[in-house]
Amino acid sequence: MKKIEAIIRPEKLELVCQALEEVDSPGLMITEIEGHGKQKGLTQQWRGRKYKVELLPKVKIEIVVNDQDVERITKAISDAAKTGKIGDGKIFVYPVENVLRIRTGEKGELAL
Amino acid sequence: MKWKIVIFSIYLSLAACLFSAVAMAAPGPDPAGSITGTINDVTASIPGKPTLEEVAAQAGHNKVAINFVWTLIAGFLVMFMQPGFAMVETGLTRAKNVAHTMAMNFMVYPLGMLAFYICGFALMFGGIGALGTLGGYGGLNHEFTINLFGKPFGLFGTKGFFLSGSAYDAAVFTLFLFQMVFMDTTATIPTGALAERWKFLSFFIYALFVGTVIYPIFGNWVWGGGWLAMLGQNFGLGHGHVDFAGSSVVHMTGGVIALVGAWLLGPRLGKFNRDGSPNPIPGHNIPMAVIGTFILAFGWFGFNAGSTLAGTDLRIGVIATNTMLASATGALAATLWMWLVRTKKPDPSMMCNGMLAGLVAITAPCAFVNSISACIIGLVAGVLVVEAVYFIEGKLKLDDPVGAISVHGVNGAWGCLALGLFADGTYGDGWNGITGTVKGLFYGGTSQFIAQCIGIISNFIYVGLISLLVFKLIDLMVGNRVEPEVEIAGLDIPEMGVVGYAGVKLDKHSETPISK
Repeated sequence: MKKIEAIIRPEKLELVCQALEEVDSPGLMITEIEGHGKQKGLTQQWRGRKYKVELLPKVKIEIVVNDQDVERITKAISDAAKTGKIGDGKIFVYPVENVLRIRTGEKGELAL
Repeated sequence: MKWKIVIFSIYLSLAACLFSAVAMAAPGPDPAGSITGTINDVTASIPGKPTLEEVAAQAGHNKVAINFVWTLIAGFLVMFMQPGFAMVETGLTRAKNVAHTMAMNFMVYPLGMLAFYICGFALMFGGIGALGTLGGYGGLNHEFTINLFGKPFGLFGTKGFFLSGSAYDAAVFTLFLFQMVFMDTTATIPTGALAERWKFLSFFIYALFVGTVIYPIFGNWVWGGGWLAMLGQNFGLGHGHVDFAGSSVVHMTGGVIALVGAWLLGPRLGKFNRDGSPNPIPGHNIPMAVIGTFILAFGWFGFNAGSTLAGTDLRIGVIATNTMLASATGALAATLWMWLVRTKKPDPSMMCNGMLAGLVAITAPCAFVNSISACIIGLVAGVLVVEAVYFIEGKLKLDDPVGAISVHGVNGAWGCLALGLFADGTYGDGWNGITGTVKGLFYGGTSQFIAQCIGIISNFIYVGLISLLVFKLIDLMVGNRVEPEVEIAGLDIPEMGVVGYAGVKLDKHSETPISK
């Protein structure tokens, strides 16, 4: 099992959710976060003085899937979230040791 | 059957009443409003048959009544500038201080008003003499005067304390209402420049000082028959210092108090780095600032056009239009200057400052200039305000979160100078007791320009010194500035006991920058 963690633009969330539905992905978790990548935020100005807003709003999506689904789902996310411009985000994939469904007590892939 | 007879008889009697009413020729409804108001409405000892004297008395009463109504409604408009100031100042500062900034803008109204009622009004207008446009009542007739260079120098009035005694007069009350809201405009200007660090108790005491002493004394010199108004009669300098609606009396006074206060209080924590370079501290609500600016621009029609104290002085058409034109060119100039010259963005907060700068600058000359001059005055004001903001922050190293010093102080001075340059000689015959119209430098009025300069310099010296004294005094009594930890946490809870935005989590935009 793998956990897919995708950092995307907030305005792309709806498209990504639709795309995930189309590829029949299991449940997902969403967190509103702030952060920056290599480019370090946006320059704004206030009364003629420039300043940098280093932390920009992003959305983090977390999905735990079977190993064979990783490719399909990461592709769906990246296709939907891509604009080709700076700030599109990143996708991380981690191994998951175990899963437990609280209601039934099922474990492992059965619990996904 | 019985009820039918009853209804029929009611119907009959109603019809009879109606018929008799028509037969007596009582006035019917007048939906067009064209025949309401006839000879019968003229007060006369024999109704419907007024004598010539009675018609003339009614005409005079009506003229003064129009002036009363005009002055009062204009005063109500100026009163509504208070929420405008509250919104501009609060919008341009941080969310963690909103309850405090709003509370200052709120309490300055009752505090200033009571101070002005107790003695401010009397010091300012107690020696003004006959109230020309409001019926000519002459109960405010004593000015404290000293002799200098063999000439009388009026310093302050002494009639009208608590609006009592000879001041218990409808015209005096009307004048009080109108002048009180002007004073309150001055009083609320420094709350913007000193925002986010001013101790509420210190502000509280300040509001009493501004209404009792700081504002009324200079006001007396210009509007109450004091020595600046008499520069024409005593020294042949034009019509004396002329300030139609208060570029100096109201705005420059507020701006100079703000300058002294901002200097004494020091910058907000994190505003300047060790090398003196400024950090931006963005305001939390641009929409609030924009709406506040519009409210101010709306109230300004009362401010300027109302300053005739006469709805029967038809110069109000010129005054109101000049006012709106200068507000437009002020906003345009500030926007373009930011967009094309200073940065690459038009900058909403500077747009607001630009419109207000145009309004402040046209306040003194609005009655004396033509429309082209009004546009030029606004254009200059729009550029001036932006440059002043950069200068005050970058060179003077003063922290003025909302640009109050630049808008009101700098452009108040510019407005008075502009009158001395552009007054075109079409208005102002008899102003300050001088026959002939008011003419600026460009129309041959050199001495008028000198009188304007003297007015500006006197304002700077007097208001600067007395506000320095007042702020120092308050500092000794209660301290002017909040503790650093209060400032970092936000003034709302420690100073006011309540947060402005309850239930809203404030983010990094409310934090205090770190001085590098």
